[in-house]
Amino acid sequence: MNDVTLTNIKKTYNKGEVVAVSDVSFQVEQGELFGLIGPDGAGKTSIFRMLTTLLLPDGGSASVNGFDVVKDYKEIRKKVGYMPGKFSLYQDLTVEENLNFFATIFNTTVEANYDLIKEIYVQIEPFKKRRAGKLSGGMKQKLALCCALIHRPTVLFLDEPTTGVDTVSRKEFWQMLKRLKEQGITILVSTPYMDEATLCERIALIQDGKILSIDTPENITKQYPSKLYAIKASRMSALLHDLRGNENISSCYAFGEYHHITFKHEDDSTETELTNYLNSKQQNGVEFKLITPTIEDCFIKLMNN
Amino acid sequence: MTKEIVIKTDKLTKRFGDFIATNEITFNVYAGEIFGFLGANGAGKTTAMKMLCGLSTPSSGAATIAGFDVYKQTESIKKSIGYMSQKFSLYEDLSIIENIQFFGGIYGLTNKQLKEKSDTLIEQLGLEKEARKLVGSLPLGWKQKLAFSVAVLHEPKIVFLDEPTGGVDPVTRRQFWDLIYAAADRGITIFVTTHYMDEAEYCNRISMMVDGVIKALNTPTNLKKQFNAASMDEVFFELARGAKRKAD
Repeated sequence: MNDVTLTNIKKTYNKGEVVAVSDVSFQVEQGELFGLIGPDGAGKTSIFRMLTTLLLPDGGSASVNGFDVVKDYKEIRKKVGYMPGKFSLYQDLTVEENLNFFATIFNTTVEANYDLIKEIYVQIEPFKKRRAGKLSGGMKQKLALCCALIHRPTVLFLDEPTTGVDTVSRKEFWQMLKRLKEQGITILVSTPYMDEATLCERIALIQDGKILSIDTPENITKQYPSKLYAIKASRMSALLHDLRGNENISSCYAFGEYHHITFKHEDDSTETELTNYLNSKQQNGVEFKLITPTIEDCFIKLMNN
Repeated sequence: MTKEIVIKTDKLTKRFGDFIATNEITFNVYAGEIFGFLGANGAGKTTAMKMLCGLSTPSSGAATIAGFDVYKQTESIKKSIGYMSQKFSLYEDLSIIENIQFFGGIYGLTNKQLKEKSDTLIEQLGLEKEARKLVGSLPLGWKQKLAFSVAVLHEPKIVFLDEPTGGVDPVTRRQFWDLIYAAADRGITIFVTTHYMDEAEYCNRISMMVDGVIKALNTPTNLKKQFNAASMDEVFFELARGAKRKAD
């Protein structure tokens, strides 16, 4: 069963001048951890706001738990949990007060659902008398997650929960999500960090309001259309320049320690030819290997199509 | 020949009451270097950067930026540096050309210099058609590239970049680094923070801050050797997971 369904959903701003979301369709299954992966301005937040009934679509339809986002907005609001990208709790209420407030407006109590948030809440409990506005970024994030969960939602919407967070805290956050998923909660999460894509069961890559690809992370990387190589040398900046100047190189992008390249034509002599070319450019310490593409490689490829 | 030192700190410290945000950090950055300033949230990076930019007076220790003292010569420091934050800080309701002229003017460029600089810059960025459009209407990737170009318009000795590529698409993120390399080749020192560990690899040297202290400082290659790690991500994880502070 699908918990979230979008059919040709569309959203424009400025009287149609700016197309934020154009003809987006996808489904999220019950209990699935689904990732919306794309840069700022891709349309991720507009999609979240339409699904949480905070914004009306200009076209198409969408439903959450079988309820229509336009007609049945009241039902959806009772059922879903939403953690916006921008911290939106009451800054001048304490940790405890915020949590009680959100429990109360959903007609429930913190005690009734404590098992669901316990693991996250114990980490901020020592600061329960502190005002939310005085918390650190990581703690705000944990409190916001607790408040979004306090009414035991069927679907959890997390809009860029890890943006601006360091890699250690990001890893911790994804472990929390995994455990929430094990409790049967459907999770739709967005992120601009491509490396987080592999932590989702299925992902949609999104750019300029359009879906580039939807599948499991493994299948998306399998569909990469050509062989991908990693290359490094002692002078990396010059290497990038030299590679871009080679006519058999189809694409060349810096990827940390290596540059990733694809060729226009490949045969047995391709590697030798490239080595000779780089020798003629006084490149030394050249290391060259075939690699499996990452989601970021695939994203770049799809962006350029 | 010894390399020119453009940032020199000696036990630089900032206290807020009992809390030591930045604790006796000592390091040098050389001219034309791309220096990665990494650390977990709350490690004290922002506090350190503010002192280096002449925006916050240190509690103790010493530092010179482009030869100017962080206690007494903050105005001279501000003239010698460029700064760009993740939060877009050009004027959205001015056009591209107006923003260039405004910031160039503030940094004391003459009208003639302004004319030349803005023409070259707009040509380099390929923004000829958009030059008279409001900055607010540009896509994020363009905004960040423009903001960087404006930050180095006055050819500062050092440019401070605070998470310049957060949320930017993967292609633009790489184009942004092309601009960084080009500026470094012109001799501008780059002082950059990032949460993308692949970008840490593009730096000549990296410092890693944990709980207000610089825990490691070396080239990416040497850091990976030192921590027996396959990637910078592992180095970061190894160093930062022991952090006690989790503030912002």
